[in-house]
Amino acid sequence: MAGNTLPGVLVTTDWVAQHATDTGVRVVEVDVDTTAYDQGHVPGAAGWNWTSDLCDTLVRDIVPMKKLEELLGNSGIDNKTTIVLYGDNNNWFAAWAFWQLKMYGHDDLRIMDGGRKKWLAEGRDLSTDKPSFKKTTYKASGPDLSLRAYLPEVQQVMKNKSAGLVDVRSPQEFTGEILAPPGLPETCQRGGHIPGAKSIPWAKACNDDGTFKTYDELKALYAAQGITADKPVIAYCRIGERSSHTWFVLKYLLGFENVKNYDGSWTEWGNLVGAPVER
Amino acid sequence: MHLMKPEQYSLRQEELAGWPVSIETYKLGDVYHCTIANVDPGARFARADGSTRQEAEALAIEKATRYLAQTRKFSK
Repeated sequence: MAGNTLPGVLVTTDWVAQHATDTGVRVVEVDVDTTAYDQGHVPGAAGWNWTSDLCDTLVRDIVPMKKLEELLGNSGIDNKTTIVLYGDNNNWFAAWAFWQLKMYGHDDLRIMDGGRKKWLAEGRDLSTDKPSFKKTTYKASGPDLSLRAYLPEVQQVMKNKSAGLVDVRSPQEFTGEILAPPGLPETCQRGGHIPGAKSIPWAKACNDDGTFKTYDELKALYAAQGITADKPVIAYCRIGERSSHTWFVLKYLLGFENVKNYDGSWTEWGNLVGAPVER
Repeated sequence: MHLMKPEQYSLRQEELAGWPVSIETYKLGDVYHCTIANVDPGARFARADGSTRQEAEALAIEKATRYLAQTRKFSK
């Protein structure tokens, strides 16, 4: 990403090719398609499965702290490790992992700009070997709930407009024409959006090669819909991963102070009895 | 560590069952991998492997078409 980004939060594919196996660096792949890592991944990278590793598999919730500590420890990550996340779909679930790791207090986190798509398109090395890591002890903190919005807060915001609500789904999901992205299972009873939300699809933040747009382009994209740094922002989508991508853009590429991800998202709101819906 | 490079990478857009999709295919070792994503919002929803590009893509397209046929459209 060219322009005025916060330093270091994005790394290039070139940087990863040179530093993936450095001491103190751990590259981690997190994909929508949970089979992608096994097809071939950045040599030396760990692979995390968002459906089992990055959530509570019993209660609908983010990964519990103890489970995250085990995941990081098994991945050879300690509290000082530089974690570089990347994945398919322009880093959707890499951003989901980034959001959760920030909630649990990990300091040095990066995202590989362009993700898996750019790595493949550039014809870079892939490995099918699953690396083994020396176990570490990881101590998480938090969770920092200032990064997460729950339903009651979103209901308040809908009423008093105290924050900007950003719906990052596709325009057809926003209008209720479809209930889920084409080809994926429907997970809600009603289509539409939270009253007052602005439609700014996540993909508008990316270039065709999967990299993020420039600071100035991103700032203009959100400002055009009244989403600016002087007001709190809550992003949502269907299950919270696309909105974690937008959360990352707003907080770490544009430097907005107060941004939350509403991971309950449309699967919560669109199934809620009595919740107002706009189309 | 055994390293391979993705070869014959291609990414194109087509319409399947009335929906625009992107079809990404590459060869890794002896296997062709094909993944299909909807163009908007850009989510992968079908994939297949094959010993040739044609085989991998035909299998992935067959799956994708089946899944897309289940997507309902609602009027306002």
